Amino acid sequence: MTAAPPSPLALIAELTHRCPLRCVYCSNPLELEHRADELSTDVWSRVLREAAEAGVLQVDFTGGEPLARPDLVDLVRQARVAGLYVSLITSGIPLDQGRLDRLLEAGLDHIQLSFQGAGRDTADKIAGTRAHAQKLQVLGWIKERRVALTLNFVIHRRNMDDLEQMLALGESSGARRMEFANVQYYGWAFANRENLLPTREQFRRSVDLLHRAKERLSGKIQLEFVVPDYYARYPKACMGGWGSKLMLITPQGQVLPCHAAQVIPGLRFENVATRGLREIWETSEAFQKFRGEEWMPEPCKSCDRRWQDFGGCRCQAFLLTGDAAATDPICELSPERSKIDAILAAANGVPAGSLVKPGWLYRRNPS
Amino acid sequence: MARPEPNSRPCLAPGCRLNESTQQPRVLHLPERALRLNGPSFEILSRCDGARTVQEIVSELQTLYSKADPHRLEEDVLAYLVQLQDQQALDFLPGDAGRGKEAE
Repeated sequence: MTAAPPSPLALIAELTHRCPLRCVYCSNPLELEHRADELSTDVWSRVLREAAEAGVLQVDFTGGEPLARPDLVDLVRQARVAGLYVSLITSGIPLDQGRLDRLLEAGLDHIQLSFQGAGRDTADKIAGTRAHAQKLQVLGWIKERRVALTLNFVIHRRNMDDLEQMLALGESSGARRMEFANVQYYGWAFANRENLLPTREQFRRSVDLLHRAKERLSGKIQLEFVVPDYYARYPKACMGGWGSKLMLITPQGQVLPCHAAQVIPGLRFENVATRGLREIWETSEAFQKFRGEEWMPEPCKSCDRRWQDFGGCRCQAFLLTGDAAATDPICELSPERSKIDAILAAANGVPAGSLVKPGWLYRRNPS
Repeated sequence: MARPEPNSRPCLAPGCRLNESTQQPRVLHLPERALRLNGPSFEILSRCDGARTVQEIVSELQTLYSKADPHRLEEDVLAYLVQLQDQQALDFLPGDAGRGKEAE
């Protein structure tokens, strides 16, 4: 590749893999990184400056649970000094009002607070711990302060029939944005996929209900809806194209093109400890591998949609076909689409209220 | 969506702000996205400070772009304000409240 790629726009900073929740759909890899290996405050501060210099506009502090980092207030301040817009992607635990105020004083721009369900029983079951009541308390504190709030619901087979109650919670919360994001099947969600995949009937109802809600709430709450791609005809434009808009840094400093990229065998990642961020973005093997269209197989190579969906998701292609360079099997043009249809047939062979597999694999909390 | 009230005073909604004046290009940050601003859109947004009224913003833009047709310019400014309101980027403070109090 000759020309330098466009600048990255956003950085997803996974500050830690530690988390008090044990969600069965966590997007973290099954192999979690440990506290002793996490980047220091100083290294993160340098990385945030390098990110802004490379063109990054916004940083998402996420994890694990970013509140588990005692230096989070400092990191928010450093990100603002670097000129970045700062979002906190959080479960809201552990948090008290004093720390919330310090985060806002440090310049936190936006909070995305996640809920695992509309009611305590379902939510706590999915989170693998008692968290719902505390989240409601945090929601109350946020409402009393002047800060942008997105309420995030990860939706799936087990909570998808409670969308109206979730909407009601959102409407009473003061949030300007709500996200209903269907589980994407990577990490722990891939391990629990059979129990998370909605039935076709659930999926249809949810699309219908959320479209009506979007119209009704227009001008009051911005409603984002991420569909379950297994039910789609064409794949999602994963990360807006590989190495095109976004990058992710793991707790120990590995720079990845997406959350799940470490599942792809043979892909070599670089660490912020050894090279500058811009250099990694522009030249590292992992970012070059699926950038542009050179790598594309048929039917992508000659497809009119290749600049719309970029061939879909590389990690999903690997997880479902064993080849990271294959067309995402979600695509109806993929020779492997029958694999998705078989998975859907199994999910639809069992009533929505029943588990397809006997139990859940709960996420662990790394030491 | 209705035209904004001429005496109302637009201000950026929580979580929406311009990037630093030292940064180029100028952008409007919103939760989960950023809009690249051209000259006129920056001039409008930087005046949405909760102190100026819609009418005052229109007049200032008409002075700034004195070669443009004033009526057309007014329509463009109002349309842009509505568009920003649709994107949850602006709140409109009522015209009579908070007069004499400078926005921070």
